[in-house]
Amino acid sequence: MATSTPISQGGAPGTAPPPAKRAREDRQGLRNLLHRLDLRGAPYAFVAPFFVVFAAFSFYPLVYTAWISLHHVELSSLNLMEWVGFDNYTALWNDDRFWNALANTFTIGVISTVPQLLMALGLAHLLNYRMRGSTFFRVASLTPYATSVGAAALVFTMLFERDFGMINWMLSLVGVDHIDFENNKWAAQIAISTIVIWRWTGYNALLYLAAMQAVPRDRYEAAAIDGASRWQQFLKVTVPGIRATIVFTIVLSTIGATQLFGEPLIFGQGPNGITGGADNQYQTLGLLLYEEGWKNYQMGRAATVAWAMFLLLILVFVVQRVLKRALARRS
Amino acid sequence: MTTDSLPVRTADPRPRTGTPEGSTRRRRTRLWLRPRAGRQHHAGPLAYVLLGFAALVSLFPLYWTMVAASSDNTRVTQSPPPFLPGPHLLENLGKAWRDAALGKAMVNSLIVAGVIALSTVLFATLAGFAFAKLRFKGRNALLMLVIGTMMVPPQLGVVPLFMMMTDLGWGQQLPAVIFPTLVSAVGVFFMRQYLAEALPDELVEAGRVDGAHSLRIFWSIVLPVARPAMAVLFMITFVHAWNDFFWPFIVLDMTNPTVPVALTQLSAGYVRDQSLIMAGALLGTLPLLALFVVFGRQIVGGIMQGAVKG
Repeated sequence: MATSTPISQGGAPGTAPPPAKRAREDRQGLRNLLHRLDLRGAPYAFVAPFFVVFAAFSFYPLVYTAWISLHHVELSSLNLMEWVGFDNYTALWNDDRFWNALANTFTIGVISTVPQLLMALGLAHLLNYRMRGSTFFRVASLTPYATSVGAAALVFTMLFERDFGMINWMLSLVGVDHIDFENNKWAAQIAISTIVIWRWTGYNALLYLAAMQAVPRDRYEAAAIDGASRWQQFLKVTVPGIRATIVFTIVLSTIGATQLFGEPLIFGQGPNGITGGADNQYQTLGLLLYEEGWKNYQMGRAATVAWAMFLLLILVFVVQRVLKRALARRS
Repeated sequence: MTTDSLPVRTADPRPRTGTPEGSTRRRRTRLWLRPRAGRQHHAGPLAYVLLGFAALVSLFPLYWTMVAASSDNTRVTQSPPPFLPGPHLLENLGKAWRDAALGKAMVNSLIVAGVIALSTVLFATLAGFAFAKLRFKGRNALLMLVIGTMMVPPQLGVVPLFMMMTDLGWGQQLPAVIFPTLVSAVGVFFMRQYLAEALPDELVEAGRVDGAHSLRIFWSIVLPVARPAMAVLFMITFVHAWNDFFWPFIVLDMTNPTVPVALTQLSAGYVRDQSLIMAGALLGTLPLLALFVVFGRQIVGGIMQGAVKG
């Protein structure tokens, strides 16, 4: 609303309050203003650091990756960017290594994620029993989570060694001949998946356990009254009861699987690591990205691989949403 | 002004709905009559056997790391492999420490993980408090954005990030590892969930009535309430930052590595001393194992608390 005194007239001398009162009102006004500013502004100030760091170091690079992928850039001269349009993409499309890496990422992802989550489900069910030493069992199953990719991969590489590795020794006890885990494609992929499974099963089990403890008891009682066995209760009460958590872990593991890098790199033991074995038999998209950028010095191509991974993730999410909706409709 | 001068009401004045005590007692009797009906069955022998096996699988590789690290290379590379510790532990640890420059790597990892964990906890608590208890326009949209950012893997921006760090002159420097990870979406979400439940609205309102501004309320009311969750978040973030491999491997080199990066040095050579490699792996894991032995229960509780329920 317009004020009763037009601005052009200014403050008429007679209407001004006495100086002392005005100073007090001013101070009050200032304090009110500060208070309102605090109420309005503080929440934004509190959430700002997160968004600033995220924008600078995650969002901006993600977008800039797309721009770089349209250029020829070499690692030795990062500031010389030469526009090449979609050349990097067509080159990637025609590159057998890309399709090989994509297939490997997919197969390693499946053989590490599916058993991992199923075992986590079983482990969570066991941990949910009332029992002695439950804290010990929980901490013990989480311990692998405390080891780094580096340490875990080194140990498992040794356990999977062809001539003296413990796994081959145990297999020989049951009459299986020594397996060359490094050079056999499927054996190598299984070995790499084992590292992933070992590190993450306990973590996922704890997520499931938390969800299981929130499932209402009366559902079990009702199921028991209806004569459901424990196995049926597990299938019909527990699993539907923690469906949201299961979807959450599937999403997390899928993201983890598309990024797989350290395990195959270290499993390759040095020069063979980056290429994912002598015949690329376990090269993942993460490794291909690194090979293009930091071994072949082609940063533009590396950026292209990164965007291919991003598109792949979007595809996975779309599929997951469709599946989720279909599942929700069925129940 | 101290915390005490704020009119803090610790008791929740709202009447509790229902009579939880009565109902649990009734339920307990029914459970006692039909022991198989409840959720928490007592474990049978089979459950102990299976869990024991799971614990064995979880712990054996760590035990065996120690066995191999205490043997010499010829013993480790024999079949059958050793199952009991040998006499060379200290000797191998010392050699691995020198060969992989683990001293420097440990200091680096300690700095990186410490700074990242501290800043993650601080910013996550600030943002979590805002999302849980303060009202502002666009709150829900911003929270959805935070959750959405969990889906963006760090690999997707790694090429420009590397260029950025080179431009900034941070190549091979610790800030290149620290800055991109100063905040965490999971952390923000975790603190929001915790504070929404643990911090009564009345406490915040009482602070306001007393004339405290938001930062003061954060300092005097939120921080004390949030302390247990902050401790858990600190440990989880520390473990993650310590173990992080991909980005440090790209941006750091062997002259200035973190522990996981330094460990790759041990296996990359052509002459491979297996017991030495295992000694390095053991050294790299020991600090976190110690953390787990002391705080294992809290870390387990924290991960379970942060889980999505439902």
